[in-house]
Amino acid sequence: MEAVVSYRKRRGVEAFMLGFSILLAMGGYLITHLNRDAALPPNWPFALTALLIIATALHAAIRWRIPYADPLILPAVMLLNGIGLAMIHRLDLSDLKAPHSAELQLTWLFVAAAVAIAVIAVLRDYRILQRYPYLLFLVGIILLLLPIVPGLGEEKYGARIWIHLGHYSFQPAELAKLVLTVAFASYLVDKREVLALAGGRVFGIELPRPRDLGPILVMWLASLAVLVFQKDLGTSLLFFGLFVVMLYVATEKLSWAILGSAMFLGGAYGAFLAFGHVQTRVSAWLDPFSNYDDNYQVIQAQFGIAWGGIFGTGWGLGRPSLIPLAKTDFIAAALGEELGTTGLLAIILLYGIIVARGFRAALGAKDPFGKLLAAGLSFVFAIQVFSILGGVTRLLPLTGLTTPFMSQGGSSLVANWVMIALLLVITHQVRRPAPVIAAMPVASLETDTTEMIDLGEIQSQLPRPEPVQARASHSEWELRHSADAETSELAAVAADPDTATLEAVPPVTDSALILDAETTSTASGIDSGEDES
Amino acid sequence: MNRPIRGVALFSLLMVMALMVNTSIAYLAESDFLNNNALNRRVTDARFGQDRGPIMVGNSPIADSVVVTDQFGYQRTYPVGELYAPITGYYTYQYGASALESSFSSELSGEDNSQFLSRLIGLASGAGVKGGTVETTINAKAQKAAWKALAGRKGAVVAINYKTGAVLAMVTSPSYDPSELATHNLTKASQAWNRLNADASKPMANRATKEIYSPGSTFKLVTAAAALESGLSADSKIDAKTFKVGSWSTSENCGGSTITLTKALETSCNPAFARLGAGLGADALRTQSEKFGFGSKFVTDVGSVASVFPSDLDPTYTAMSAIGLYEVAATPLQMAMVSAAIANDGVLMQPYIVQKVLDSDLRVTSQTTATKYGQAMSSSSAAQLKKMMVGVVQSGTGTRAQIKGVTVGGKTGTAAVDKNRTPYAWFTSWADDPSVAVCVLVEDSDLTANDTTGGRVAAPVAKAVIESLR
Repeated sequence: MEAVVSYRKRRGVEAFMLGFSILLAMGGYLITHLNRDAALPPNWPFALTALLIIATALHAAIRWRIPYADPLILPAVMLLNGIGLAMIHRLDLSDLKAPHSAELQLTWLFVAAAVAIAVIAVLRDYRILQRYPYLLFLVGIILLLLPIVPGLGEEKYGARIWIHLGHYSFQPAELAKLVLTVAFASYLVDKREVLALAGGRVFGIELPRPRDLGPILVMWLASLAVLVFQKDLGTSLLFFGLFVVMLYVATEKLSWAILGSAMFLGGAYGAFLAFGHVQTRVSAWLDPFSNYDDNYQVIQAQFGIAWGGIFGTGWGLGRPSLIPLAKTDFIAAALGEELGTTGLLAIILLYGIIVARGFRAALGAKDPFGKLLAAGLSFVFAIQVFSILGGVTRLLPLTGLTTPFMSQGGSSLVANWVMIALLLVITHQVRRPAPVIAAMPVASLETDTTEMIDLGEIQSQLPRPEPVQARASHSEWELRHSADAETSELAAVAADPDTATLEAVPPVTDSALILDAETTSTASGIDSGEDES
Repeated sequence: MNRPIRGVALFSLLMVMALMVNTSIAYLAESDFLNNNALNRRVTDARFGQDRGPIMVGNSPIADSVVVTDQFGYQRTYPVGELYAPITGYYTYQYGASALESSFSSELSGEDNSQFLSRLIGLASGAGVKGGTVETTINAKAQKAAWKALAGRKGAVVAINYKTGAVLAMVTSPSYDPSELATHNLTKASQAWNRLNADASKPMANRATKEIYSPGSTFKLVTAAAALESGLSADSKIDAKTFKVGSWSTSENCGGSTITLTKALETSCNPAFARLGAGLGADALRTQSEKFGFGSKFVTDVGSVASVFPSDLDPTYTAMSAIGLYEVAATPLQMAMVSAAIANDGVLMQPYIVQKVLDSDLRVTSQTTATKYGQAMSSSSAAQLKKMMVGVVQSGTGTRAQIKGVTVGGKTGTAAVDKNRTPYAWFTSWADDPSVAVCVLVEDSDLTANDTTGGRVAAPVAKAVIESLR
């Protein structure tokens, strides 16, 4: 059993850093105007108030519902949002066609923050999400493949990752990544034991059983469909990478990761050979100057970043409006121009911090679903940042994904804020002190990995019960694997009757029971306990 | 599950590090290439908006940058654009730069290595980088006089101080206003560019240094120089009867069947010079022409082409070349240099058009000193040829260039390249006070073909330029 770590809430730190991130964002906004007009913009108090309202509301929601949430994540996200807003506003100044994008984006930030607060308020226990793996999987795949539908999907700048509804267009992949992460996590919590069973060995690598290859084949085909029909390597990489990584985390079998990577690389290479547009993208990546007109976007982004040099031209003093799509796909290039390579590195680090905190939550989570969800969300975020920033800086072929929290666009902003809200909820569950159950008669068993708790007794007496089912299966599973890493299929099935039991009992019912138990007890028990501390 | 989570976290860390390393490497490896790429509008705009220094004629700028309130900040202007266009050239957004604007671009923009000190001071004091000044050798009075005397006819005038090689006037007509191309109204600039390029009279051509023309009889100076160098004298009697070689013959009444070399030059006697050239041979003519500068480029700062004396000549073509026909072709600058070398006792000075370059603090960063290009002919031959050229003006074909109180020597030329158009009228000359060599070319005069002689059309222009310098 791992050592018990007692976390402090650190809400004061969060508040201080939120103030700091607003200061930096406002700084960007005001310096832009000082540099360009030598005067402050007339409505800067309005902008400051708006940012303060959003930060305060989020901070208050966290204090109220999830006081043990990670204190670093929200300030980092607010800073990215603030810098993004300042840059969009700065681009508005030299954009005659759309001079009010920043105001629109600020409105979206209000919406996104409201949705995030709603998630924090309602979804205090994220395990409710575990109930509908197949439905969510279906919804996710449909969302993912929606842009391929003729008439609905829309090809923009060489990639077909947008759908069009009336005047409104958005990237369903943004929502799909969220839905699919939840779906994968809940599916894998159920199936990981089966998937972990070993099949044959090839080159010393233990392969999964052939009959278990179904789900990975489905995801592989979906990802290839994305690559070929939507022409977007980033989106394809995002979803397949997410699935493979979550499989690996769930089963602890590196063979899944190796198999998945090999399948993706093979598929991508096949697509490269078979489709001209994929080759065009690759040549734009490797040698953009071979065709100036075709690779105009990438070249302009390189020009912008290079012009910024090491410290940038300064807010408002560069010419980022020369970069196409500077407010959306290429906002990193615009930031690279005005804040320099240094600024760009700082932004990459900010993303890195968010990812790191997410993985920290995954490591600390007490239930497998929480672990999988946190790891999945962190990884999908990491790979999205990697794809888009890598595309802009020519580390990878260009992708049409958005830069989280910075790119202009409502759907992406809301989806990413929901993701952050989920992560915050998980971190709260991870960091809060363990429920006080030492007074119970069964407390002497605390040192055991398997904790025996009478469900009926808890429901009647305890202020706050543990989620019995999830925790129990988790511990057992770890026990078994630590005891015998080389578990064969036969041994696993035979020696572990619990597996069969787990399969037989519909997990939905289990978690529903537990959650009901918890929600009823929440109102009376936990809140009062927290107030005391 | 923590072991794979740590693995994935490590992988994510590697992705973040890959981004950071790649960004850093891109900065180190590609910045210079990208920041100097002509396709990068930031580069071209920043250059276009620079506070470039002026190009000066005397104390007045002929090209200067003035503050404007648009995205570029500075507008390049050309106060007397048409007059000095072949010297300043243009400085445009879309079409680059030409002439001094191009060849002295780094000095004018203050970016030249020689201006390191003033750039450093400018950066340290916060004043920013200011451009340097280019001072030309042009004499405003001579330039204006030449422009006025050409009076809009197609042609060119070059005047050189033959003692130093300094170019005093360089006029080409018709001309254009570089301000039209330098305007920040890019639509208008491109309209002007298209119009000027479509113009049949080629206003953007620098006829003085970048176009070569059949020099006609003015080339007889080179033939005469070769003859004098071969041992003949001004008083040597030469055969002026009909000259026939191959299927080509030339005959003319030159005032006798045997005349002196002086008389042959005064009357521009074709049969005499054709015979003389054929006798000297193609190699002697070519060697002499190259001593005068044929085959080399001069005043490359404003852009120039080399004058041509053809190779592999048979006797017929040698004879024709000796009187400036066939494929002999020269720039007005070259023919001015021929007169200059003769006037300067056979010493050809290297012509130049930029006197000084100053940095923004008016420190001289470079200065042109008069240098000798070579000895075109012996001083005794030069003295004789000078006297012969004076004879042309006193009593020959160039009488219209006479100026009271000034010794003027010259040689006319009329090159009929095409029966259907008026011939090129040439006059190349020198004066002793001031020491100037002037060459005038009028490409299209309003006179009819047989009426046109260099003496009638071009000599008065040379006279006007010489008088303006007194």
